[in-house]
Amino acid sequence: MEDRELITDFLIESNENLARLDQEMVELEQRPKDGALLASIFRTIHTIKGTCGVLGFSTLEKITHRGENILSQVRNEERDLTPGLVSLVLEMVDAVKLELRAIEDTSKESGHEYHELIERLEYASHHKTEAPVPVCEPPVCESPAEAPPAVQPVAIAAIESAPVAAAVSQPAGSPEAESTSTKTSVADSTIRVDVMLLDKLMNLVGELVLARNQILQFSTNVEDAGFNATSQRLNLITTQLQEGVMKTRMQPIGVVWNKLPRVVRDLASACGKQIQLDMEGAGTELDKSIIEAIKDPLTHIVRNSCDHGIELPDARAKTGKPVQGRLTLRAFHEGGQVNIEISDDGRGVDPERVKQKALQKGLIRPEQAQRMSEREATNLIFLPGFSTAEQVTNISGRGVGMDVVKTNIEKIGGTVDIASRAGHGTTVKIKIPLTLAIIPGLVVMSGQERFVIPQVSLLELVRLEGESGRRQIERIHGTPVYRRRGNLLPITYLRDVLRLGKPAEEPDVLNIVILQAEDRQFGLVVDGIHDTQEIVVKPLGKQLKGLTCYAGATIMGDGKVALILDVLGIGLKSGVLTEVRESGRLDRDAHDLGDVERQSLLLFRSGRFERLAVPLSLVARLEEFPRAKIEHAGGQEVVQYRGRILPLIPLTSYLDPSSRSKGDGEEPAQVIVFSDGEHRIGVLVDQIVDIVEDVVVAKQQASHRGLLGSAVVGQKVTDFLDLHAVIENFGETWFGRTGGHNSGATILVADHSLFARGLVRNVLEMAGHRVVEAGNVSEALEKLSRHKVDMVATSLDLAGGGGTRLLDQMKQQTGLGNVPALALVDGGDDPGFGDACQKFDDTLGKFDREAMLRSVEKLSAALAASSASRQSSHPLTSR
Amino acid sequence: MKTQQLQTETANRQFSTFYVQDLFFGIEVLEVQEVLRYQEMTKVPLAPDLIEGLINLRGQIVTAIDMRRRLRLEPRTTGETPMNMVVRSDDGAVSLLVDEIGDVLEVRNDFYEPPPENTPRELREMIAGVYKLDGKLLLVLDTERVLQSQPVN
Repeated sequence: MEDRELITDFLIESNENLARLDQEMVELEQRPKDGALLASIFRTIHTIKGTCGVLGFSTLEKITHRGENILSQVRNEERDLTPGLVSLVLEMVDAVKLELRAIEDTSKESGHEYHELIERLEYASHHKTEAPVPVCEPPVCESPAEAPPAVQPVAIAAIESAPVAAAVSQPAGSPEAESTSTKTSVADSTIRVDVMLLDKLMNLVGELVLARNQILQFSTNVEDAGFNATSQRLNLITTQLQEGVMKTRMQPIGVVWNKLPRVVRDLASACGKQIQLDMEGAGTELDKSIIEAIKDPLTHIVRNSCDHGIELPDARAKTGKPVQGRLTLRAFHEGGQVNIEISDDGRGVDPERVKQKALQKGLIRPEQAQRMSEREATNLIFLPGFSTAEQVTNISGRGVGMDVVKTNIEKIGGTVDIASRAGHGTTVKIKIPLTLAIIPGLVVMSGQERFVIPQVSLLELVRLEGESGRRQIERIHGTPVYRRRGNLLPITYLRDVLRLGKPAEEPDVLNIVILQAEDRQFGLVVDGIHDTQEIVVKPLGKQLKGLTCYAGATIMGDGKVALILDVLGIGLKSGVLTEVRESGRLDRDAHDLGDVERQSLLLFRSGRFERLAVPLSLVARLEEFPRAKIEHAGGQEVVQYRGRILPLIPLTSYLDPSSRSKGDGEEPAQVIVFSDGEHRIGVLVDQIVDIVEDVVVAKQQASHRGLLGSAVVGQKVTDFLDLHAVIENFGETWFGRTGGHNSGATILVADHSLFARGLVRNVLEMAGHRVVEAGNVSEALEKLSRHKVDMVATSLDLAGGGGTRLLDQMKQQTGLGNVPALALVDGGDDPGFGDACQKFDDTLGKFDREAMLRSVEKLSAALAASSASRQSSHPLTSR
Repeated sequence: MKTQQLQTETANRQFSTFYVQDLFFGIEVLEVQEVLRYQEMTKVPLAPDLIEGLINLRGQIVTAIDMRRRLRLEPRTTGETPMNMVVRSDDGAVSLLVDEIGDVLEVRNDFYEPPPENTPRELREMIAGVYKLDGKLLLVLDTERVLQSQPVN
């Protein structure tokens, strides 16, 4: 019995010391002359050895004894600490850990003798060099022959940096030693407390807070000055006590980070890489339960960065990066959350390669891949079963990982995001709440009841007023839906979900809380919205566990209980979300396909033109300016906007010169801001009407200046603005006309519809490219013979034989065969065109501005590169 | 004399007693955490109707079970406020809403008998036994069974 207790104490102490030891060993490698560090390491091993002798763990004693011998030689400066020696000592530490675990599980040693390790330790201590044969020590090495070079780079780095570090730190050596000694004394001034006890204290403080709240409420009705003063004092002390007790549960994130230097070191030497690990904000504090939860995800991300992110030294040298890779961990508080960033300066995630992999593994479909932004593509690595590693190593690449990381972090209410620049590195950002027990939540009303919605699930709040507001909730066969920026959002009423009965009268205001459940969204109609509050989550009793609509309960400021809604549960219960995830995925696919056919349009009114449209993708911002702020410069209306002068184009007088713009009213001026990133221009309109998403079908070509044509949008005829013409008319030639715009390419846009051509031309010209238009195949060929064209973008259903015919004809003509060609598709196209698309360099939606510009950019860059190489390879043209 | 007292002491059990309608129940004192006057409650929509609501017991959230509904008796008339009998369970405290609180009684074990065969089934499965007291019967509530209520919608 007593023995058992002794062993437990021994285990706790040893494990604690060993955790520190790992880090100290790695530090020691950097500063081999640090006496305090060495002493601490020696002490740890010595203590374990001594206790093992008392408790009768002979194998452990044998191993640690040998280790101690070596360390004492180093301490007495009889020998130098080489990287090989560090590895050997670390190996010993691993053996000790294994044994400790065995003792923890069975109270006995494992029975493993560690002959080979003991022999090598023995050899090292007698011969003052490492083992005679470079025995492959970490099992990760592929062959013994490779082991020495794998360790070598680290050795060089250590030797190179060591004298410098020593030289620098020598004069300042004493303060450093001092800091180390204060560190240990801090450790001495702490005591171990059972977490259960802390939890209990936390609960008691919670109760005290509630009692305090009630007393404070009571004291407002009491005139007694003494009582009031006392209750104020109680208030103050309670708050301080609450903060203090909360702090006892907090641990610095360094607790988890401590083991990472070792992980990185081992990985680096196993992969033959050189990696420097920097950690910032190790003192950032988190609730203990969260510390536990992020341990594994964090380690996984770090391993990934070492294995996939940072390149081999040669590869780094080739790309001009320092041979030593950098891995930086940062932690900091922001907005009541803790942010953790893990960034490396490695090769980054290549979105194209990620897409290819995802396609290969059947995780996404080709159409999806085409339409994906870089960011979306990068985030594919969080899909279950994903891995880009060409080779499965035993470090990573098995495809179990990032999805688990994501799930684990989301489980504790956190989020993960990955940002990457190919060739420059990757940053993984994790945001997690400070504590699990206290979360921010939105308090809502339904009937007489209060409910809390966790803030993490909250996307936005929509308030619809009056009769017109109510009409915005539309019904499909009785099912309510709401158009949110052109997308249909399923709606459910909290009253109905919880069967609270109908309200006495129809409310005048409709409050919709838009929620995110996993990857889907829905709107929840509630009767009232209160403020957001920090709430303490408490579990429900087992009698209520079967109710999936609640995530728990909390106690509000007035001492009453409020239920916390489980967003996913509410969604499933009300049927706005479906249980089977697969169907959710299908929905998403359908939605994606829908996007190809649709485009988002900004609808506005100007003068007698009641319904004008521009593609939303062209719009930078919508702004309102007070009329008084509009000034005049060079005969033109301008407004000061973000520190610059924004020229304004009065659209009404342009479209209809006979009308006077009614610009003298009290109402603020509505301005649509367009931008090409460098320049901005504002178009003054009378009113912004709506943003819709719809299939655009060209009906009629333009009959009015400044318009591209008309089409039916949302069942109403809508005029499309020819933005390019409008801007040009006002002498603004910056869109694509700026002299010396180097990235500009000449592009032939072939489409039988003048309207579609106009839209594509708008997009391309605003990005600084020159556009040549053609309406059919023969016209295109004719234009190609007259103009020097860098690229061709053609619709597949081009008049006179189609886009593929144009391509075939081009192939037969000298000089045109290599011109890159893009296929333009829209919703009206036959899906059978898919095969035809294969012949083109890329396939784009006609109205997909982003993808179009990206593709054009890429092709023109490739063009420039190939022409440059052709020039240099030509003996006559090279200088 | 002395030995007899000792005997009765070991054989005696103490019960917290209460009434539900005209039934006289007892719960072993050690199982009872406390007794409270009626507390304001938060309703739990969709919960089985025997769950009356949630109360805040000094920062702890406690589920309140209506014993009338649990025993399938007639519902309480409005104006009759029940009392909270808070019992300990593996899953934290649970409050049983009862009509009236009685005294703590010490009863002799030899007055004990298993529930008679002819007690209604709903009642019989929730009582562990009966003590024959002077002029009335004390029904020992099997709290574990009472709390095992599965939410039935």
